[in-house]
Amino acid sequence: MDTPNPTSPPETSGPPHHRPAGTTATAAGSAPKFKKRFALGDSLFFNASRGSGILLLVVMAAIAGFLIVRAVGALGQNHGNFLTTQAWTPDNTPPVFGIAVLLVDTLISAAIAMAIAVPIAIGIALFISHYAPRRVAQFFGYLVDLLAAVPSIVFGLWGALFLAPHMLGVNAWLNQYFGWTYIFRQTQPGSAPRTIFTVSIVLAIMILPIITAVSREVFRQVPPMHEEAALALGATRWEVIRTAVLPFGRAGVISAAMLGLGRALGETMAVAVVLSPSFVLSLHLTDPGGGTLAQNIASQFNEASSLGRDALIASGLVLFVITLLVNGAARIIIERRKDYSGASA
Amino acid sequence: MSTALQDRAALGPTSLTARRLPKWAPAAVAAVAIALGCAIGAGFGITSKLQWGLMAVILFVVGQYVLSTAVEGRRWAKDRLATSLVWSAFILAVIPLFGLIYYTIAQGIGYLNIDFLTHSMKGVLATDTNGGLYHALIGTLEQVGLATLMAAPVGIFTAIYLVEYQGGRLARAVTFFVDVMSGVPSIVAGLFVLSFWIILLGFSFSGFAGSIALAILMLPVVVRSTEEMLKLVPNSLREASLALGVPKWLTILRVVLPTALGGITTGLMLAVARITGETAPILLLVFGADAINANPFSGPQSSLPLFVYQQYALGTNASQSRAWAGALVLIAFVMILNLAARLIARWKAPKAGR
Repeated sequence: MDTPNPTSPPETSGPPHHRPAGTTATAAGSAPKFKKRFALGDSLFFNASRGSGILLLVVMAAIAGFLIVRAVGALGQNHGNFLTTQAWTPDNTPPVFGIAVLLVDTLISAAIAMAIAVPIAIGIALFISHYAPRRVAQFFGYLVDLLAAVPSIVFGLWGALFLAPHMLGVNAWLNQYFGWTYIFRQTQPGSAPRTIFTVSIVLAIMILPIITAVSREVFRQVPPMHEEAALALGATRWEVIRTAVLPFGRAGVISAAMLGLGRALGETMAVAVVLSPSFVLSLHLTDPGGGTLAQNIASQFNEASSLGRDALIASGLVLFVITLLVNGAARIIIERRKDYSGASA
Repeated sequence: MSTALQDRAALGPTSLTARRLPKWAPAAVAAVAIALGCAIGAGFGITSKLQWGLMAVILFVVGQYVLSTAVEGRRWAKDRLATSLVWSAFILAVIPLFGLIYYTIAQGIGYLNIDFLTHSMKGVLATDTNGGLYHALIGTLEQVGLATLMAAPVGIFTAIYLVEYQGGRLARAVTFFVDVMSGVPSIVAGLFVLSFWIILLGFSFSGFAGSIALAILMLPVVVRSTEEMLKLVPNSLREASLALGVPKWLTILRVVLPTALGGITTGLMLAVARITGETAPILLLVFGADAINANPFSGPQSSLPLFVYQQYALGTNASQSRAWAGALVLIAFVMILNLAARLIARWKAPKAGR
């Protein structure tokens, strides 16, 4: 990706594609045959390319369409309020299900994960781009990329079997000294730490490499002139970072964080493995229970009836819309940055 | 005038810039902080070594700041504070990430042997210590292979459309939705295939259903990376080929694609590595099986991540050892793909002078 290549991107001088093929060969006797063969090849190739692009759009439309159709069917049979009900019993008569707990816990766990991961990720990214010796930096750059590829189920396994037992002491400590904050008070002290708080920490560790990888790339693109100018004015390294690096990288870091947020919101298996779910809305983060939208789908799916499945699809639609909003916001930020860096480069 | 000189002289021999801490100061502060952290930890009988470490880190950061403020002044103290915070952020993050890899290897390596790789779970009880993941390995290879067969051509052609044909409004829409698609959570892709392929069209659970979902997850990654690589192909190559009267499609096929082949392969392998670890759509669509099923088009299969999840969920000691060993195989698989992809990228990178 970072190949030094001096050529400009092709959009500036791309040849027009509807030029009739083979017109230069009119002098040859076999010109019509040539023309025909090339025209056929050209149109086949063009249509295959355009068809692939259209197929991609069709798939996206189909995802939205099918989810909406199934979800509307399920919501029509729901006897509870979909947004405020704290229960998931689509097989009862009458069926009642709602995403109140799931939605709140999804947002809370993603928010805590972001609060932990973003500052640390910026720290690591700065370490790799500006603090570490060159060779060390390159090595850790590779390492972070590799860690970003570790499957989420492995994070889940580690969270459930290694981290959760170690969280017992942490939770007790938080309960003792920060119980007054309400969120860290345990109603059942000493209960198994399969909690939203543990989930948030696992999510934070999981999204750390992704945010780091993207932020590092952004920090690396800071024009050297900006940094040298700051240094020439007598700035310390921290002042260089604060005045030249961070302002330049702000948009990029925000979009990296959004990317991580999207991952955290949609993460299924790591949450399903760590959490012991329940359908009671509780803001005591260190009490077991709660659930996220994605985790609920994975946990409930095996026992779900046909209405149960549609209910899960309805909750999946909510997740889809949330991630669409997050990604849309990230994209807008990136677009703005493009304009900005284009002007200053 | 003489007073100014005297002031300077009073600051010591390095007075040209300012008073600085000696180079060995951070190391000394770190040593003292670690010693103090251990002393406090041992003295107060705190068992968790992690807390010892955290105390040492905090002592280091604070000690460094105080010392630096006293000797060097505010600005340099802030600089030192930032440096030590960046270093501690790095160490803080490296511990769990390395811990994860180390713990997986330590837990999984004991269970990993030839039998584990060549046997399925058919007829193996949760408490038995034999059994293996051969069925899951076959399932993963077939599902990922099918997904690649579907996603790679569509993805590469889409990228060709975006870069080589620049189709105006349609291309802008495609670009936008590629971004949107890369944010679709894997479970949502699974739900879509469920409602379309299984509920609407009435097919049963199979490896192929899973690979459709994997292809959807893979597609945007392939498009993005191929697009980047095609943009790196020098325009002079295209122009030279077109000037010789070579039609556009042959130019793309014979000139542009071969030039970008290394990068495209790298992107494909990274995409494959990403979908190999996906559990959620497999859970919804392939359903999991204990026996070997080599036919991805009918009947439930298994896959590596699903194997890990199911063995974990069984909850016995033996099954959780199997889960760790499975996780180790999965990580090794993904890492090898990643490393190979990077090697290809380095080896085949388009040279600047070409």
